[in-house]
Parts: sequence; structure tokens; C-alpha cells
Amino acid sequence: MTAETNYRVPTMADMVAKGETPEVLFWVGCAGSFDDRYKKVTIAFVKILNHVGIKFAVLGTEEACTGDPARRAGNEFLFQMQAMANIQVLDGYGVKKIVTACPHCFNTLKNEYPELGGNYEVIHHSQFLQQLINEGKVALKGGGEFKGRRITYHDSCYLGRANKVYEAPRDVLQALDADLVEMKRSRSKGLCCGAGGAQYFKEPEPGRKDINVERTEEALSTGADTIAVACPFCMTMMTDGIKNKDREDSVKVYDLAELVAQAQSL
Amino acid sequence: MVILQQILFVVALATAAWFLTRRVSLIRRAIQLGRSENRTDRPGERLTIMLRVAFGQKKMMTNLTVGLMHFVIYVGFIIVNIEVMEIVLDGILGTHRLFAPVVGGVYPFLINTFEILAVGVWAVCVVFLVRRFVTKVPRFQPERHREMGGWPRLDGALILTFEILLMTAFLIWNASDSVLRERGVGHYGELKGVGNFVISQLLMPVFTHWSDAALVACERLAWWFHILGILFFAVYLTYSKHLHIVLAFPNTYFSNLKPKGEIKNMPEITKEVQLALGIAQADPNETPAEPGRFGAKDVQDLTWKNLMDAYSCTECGRCTAACPANLTGKKLSPRKIMMDTRDRLEDIQRGWQQNGADHADGKTLLDDYITAEEINACTTCQACVQECPVNINPLEIILQLRRYKIMEEAQAPASWNAMFSNVENNMAPWKFSPGDRFNWANQVNQ
Repeated sequence: MTAETNYRVPTMADMVAKGETPEVLFWVGCAGSFDDRYKKVTIAFVKILNHVGIKFAVLGTEEACTGDPARRAGNEFLFQMQAMANIQVLDGYGVKKIVTACPHCFNTLKNEYPELGGNYEVIHHSQFLQQLINEGKVALKGGGEFKGRRITYHDSCYLGRANKVYEAPRDVLQALDADLVEMKRSRSKGLCCGAGGAQYFKEPEPGRKDINVERTEEALSTGADTIAVACPFCMTMMTDGIKNKDREDSVKVYDLAELVAQAQSL
Repeated sequence: MVILQQILFVVALATAAWFLTRRVSLIRRAIQLGRSENRTDRPGERLTIMLRVAFGQKKMMTNLTVGLMHFVIYVGFIIVNIEVMEIVLDGILGTHRLFAPVVGGVYPFLINTFEILAVGVWAVCVVFLVRRFVTKVPRFQPERHREMGGWPRLDGALILTFEILLMTAFLIWNASDSVLRERGVGHYGELKGVGNFVISQLLMPVFTHWSDAALVACERLAWWFHILGILFFAVYLTYSKHLHIVLAFPNTYFSNLKPKGEIKNMPEITKEVQLALGIAQADPNETPAEPGRFGAKDVQDLTWKNLMDAYSCTECGRCTAACPANLTGKKLSPRKIMMDTRDRLEDIQRGWQQNGADHADGKTLLDDYITAEEINACTTCQACVQECPVNINPLEIILQLRRYKIMEEAQAPASWNAMFSNVENNMAPWKFSPGDRFNWANQVNQ
């Protein structure tokens, strides 16, 4: 890293102390904060935010789980405890707009917090990246390292079916000039990676096969060498699936933000 | 002779109406067992959904071939039933093709349309039987789906056979009637200017050598079989998965208009959470709220819409075929969730009828019909909700059952309990120190 590429990650607390207001709050999420693999996505996204000069902030240690897995497992008490504590923090900082790289956080913040009094404009990082590309703030040179590379996109349930965000991630991939190939089950028919509904936090129920293996087989059958995801849990499930199939040498799983950052040589 | 037939007909009609009314009121009561929920907002949007999804069968068209075949049965069924109006009036009044003189030249056109549709329905029903029992479309097979054995399998076969028989009777009736009119037999001959019909004329040669008496017997038999069949079918519907032909319309009208990923809030908990967090202060004068049940243990804890969903389900299995848990061999089948809910409601009704209205059989939807293993396998991916052609939502039921298991019985898989405890104490589903949450930022410039 050279001196001019000194990326900054301001917190809300810093900003408020300086009397500044960010354009957007980047909600990192638990996986983005703690999962070693997804931390790379968080960092890639932060680099993009720095690169385009957007005034953003994160909550840092003031952020807490949105409560998504608790609610989906059936623990409504815990969910509401988390939600209301988070709403207090967000409202305390007067947050208006949130971007997040986690579809579960996205869905919960966007759809489930309003009934508990938390009203924010929430967008997923795929939509955010799409906007940056459309506005020309991120210029992806066609013919770069992704030209002709075969990429398949795995729809996250909480981005796709849950919130009908099907095109934004695909538009981002198209902008990379990659050869985007669809799996048989895609968009509204996309097959779950197996992690949702708090499945990620327990062993699967007895069955013939693991869901992520079923999905990985489908992804591999497209002949793609890159599986693009837009969700930390899909990321883990698909990566595990690739390992299960002994294909980790030839097939990689990347988040959209990582691909965009790579294309920008960030 | 004619008056005797009229009496018999009115008796048959009244009997069917009595059974039908009784069943409808029972089903209505069963659906009303559910908790209240407002699904009457945004009527314009609801109407549009009903027109698109139920009338227009939009979601059936994702598989165009099957969608179009189903559309033939649907249109055929609705339009051929216009003819039933005439048949019923003829039955009551002792008339013969009452509408023919009234509508004049349009009459043959109408009957021709009905006949073409009838033959369409007939053919598609045959194809559907073949799909179920010969080519064995996987989602219908009891070997793959344990909920599809026994009655559901028989029900599917009976419905299709019924429709084939009804359509056959309709065509035989028209054919024998046409021969009788051509020969000028009795009152048949008095009906002039109707002529033969486009499909049934192909059957007329069969009757060339039949005596007039045999033809009259055949015409009467086909007519009676057809109308009694329809009356029987109307009552049968209410016991069958086939009830979707009626309930698809209200069920789509009352669809969930919120994003699929949004789980229904539990406002009854909010107050307590606010107290726990110190956001709100307890009001000492407030009478404590009646402690309701959290989540659902039985059908009474679900909403009326969940219960209407159960009666609207025609067990097509598109939900189950798309369910990632089911696809990979887990016990969960969203279709079974709906079938179990309906079975539970039917069992409750049977209890009412046999032992009075306040009868309790000691069973519950959760545990006696649906097991924890099934609901624990759900990834909440909403594929079942997406796929249902009549907007049934199995996921809502699954989540309500989970809430009961977790909040009332504290029966969670051990690793979920660990996750809960991490979220509560470490602000993340994993056991990391909350103070380390921002450590990733140290790696940004590495």
C-alpha cells in the first residue's frame, strides 16, 4: 500500500464528535465483523466507499446482531430485544440511510424494524454498487481481468424472493464484462444455500444430502470458475460445498464487492 | 312420468343443497377458529392479485404446457357449468332444453362451445391421470412423499375420473338427444332448428340401430348421471383437495401483501421488551394483560388466513418440489404442513359432530400432526410461498410453530440455545467478544 491509499473507517461516534453527518451508515453485520472470510468483503466494500469518496460511517463496537437468526428460530423476545436496542443506537445518531452487505440484516432492518419504530432507507450493497456503476463513480473497464470469465450468480433468498432484488447483482456482474451464466434454478426459483432460517447455527436435520452440496453441484454444472454471492452465509455454504466437491483449486467463491474491488485494483 | 322426475330432481337438489350448506358452515366455523388478522386493506391491489393469480392463473404458467392444460380444465369447468343452469331449470320445470327456443340461433353455438370444452377437459383429465399414475410425476408419488399415500392419492384419482365421467355423460346425452330429435320422437321432435352438435355428432352413429325406447333410456340415464354427478361432486368438493376451485379466489384476494422476507411481528411482546430494556416504565395501575400463547401449538393459535390456506390447498406439491429441505431428504414438506393443518381442522369438526361443540380430543397440530424435526428443517427460503399457485403461505405456520416450541416449551436444538445466548451476551450469534467487533478495521490498510 502506498501512502495515498490510506483507507479510513470512521465510526458514527467519531463523526458526531466532529459535528459531521455521514451520507450513509455501513451496517457491517456480525459475519462482516467476525467471520474471517467475510471480513475480506467488508474491507473490499470499505475500499470502494473510500475510493468513490462517499462520506460513510460504521457503528463499530456499537453495532449488534439485528436479531434475524433469533426471530427465524422462533425466539421473538430475543429478536425484539436486539431490534429495540439497535433502533435506540441508530435513532440516537439520527441515522437515515443504511447500506449493508448482508441480505439478512438488509431484510430485517428494512422490513422488520419499522413496526418496532425504526424507519430507515435501507439498501443492499449490490444495489449500492449498481448505483455507483450507473452513476459512473465506479468505472469498470471492459476487457479487464474478468472479460470472458465464466461467472455464475447464486441468488440469496433474503435478497431475491424476500425483497425481489434480482437484477442489481446481475447488473454489477455484467458491468465486469464477465460471461454471466445462470443456474437452472435462479432468480425467483433460486435454490437456498441451506443456511437461512437459523440453519447456519445448527446441524441440518437428518436427510440424504446437504443443501449446500446440492446447490454447489448446480453451480459447478454451469462450468463457471467463479461463483458470485451477495450474502455472508451463502458465501460460507458455497465455499464449503466447493471443498466438499474437491474443487477449491479451480473454482472460487467471491462476493460482488470483492469482484468490483478487484476490477478496480483496490 | 315427467312429474315424478321433477319431484325426484327437486329432492336430489334439496339433498345436495342440505349437505353442501352443512359442510360450508362447518368449514366456515373451522376457519373462524383462527386468530383475527386484517387482510382487507388495499382492496385495489388485492383485486388485482386475485384477477391475475386466480382468474388469470399467472403462477400456473411458469410451466406453460401444464399451465395451459390446467387452464383448459378451468375454463371448461366454468363455462360448461353455464349449461348446468339450463339442466337444473329443465329438471325443476320438467322442460327439455328450455333455453333453445329463447336464445334461438345462439343455442347451437353455445352447446358447440360447451362440447369443444368438454372434450378438452376430458382429454386433459386423461393426460393428468397419466402424469399421476403412468409417467409418475415425482411430486405426486407416495414413494417419495409420505403425505401422498392413501386418501390424497385416491382423491386425486377420483376427481379426474369424475370429470372424465361427467364430460362423457354430457356428450352421450347430447348425442342420444340429437338422434331422438332427428327421428322426431315425442317431445324431442318438437324441438326444431337445433340440429346436431359439433362433437357429439361423432358419437351419433353408435346409436343408429338403437330402438327409440333404448335411446330415450340412454338419454335420460346420461342426463341424470350428469346432473346427479355434478350435485354429488359439489358436496364431494368440500371433503376434497379439489375445494381449491372455489377457495383459490378468496385465498388470493386475502394474500399477504408484505415482502416475503418479513416475519409477522408480535406486538404483544413489545411492551415487555420495552420494560426489560428500561425504554418504558411499568404502569402500576394497569391490569396485567391476559397471558396469551406465544406462537402456535394448535390450529386455534394460527390466523384464519392460515386455516383458509389449508382448505385452499390442492396438494399439487409445487411447494414441496421447490423446498430445499425436502429436496435433500429432510422430513419437512410444506405441502404436508398444509395437509396436516386441514386434517387437524377436519378432525376437530368430527369431534364437534360426534361429541358436541366443546369437545377436545387432547391432540394438537404440533407434535400430533407436525413434528419438531419437520419445522426445524426449514431454511425460511420462501420458495414454497413463491411457488404456490394460489398464494398459500406454509412458512407462516412453520414459524408460528417454531415460536411455540422455543418460547413456550423452550425446546430448541442445543446449538440454537448457544446461538441465542451468544446473541444475548455477545451481540453476535458467535462467541466473540463484542469489544472485538471493530477489529476488522485494523486490517483495512494491511
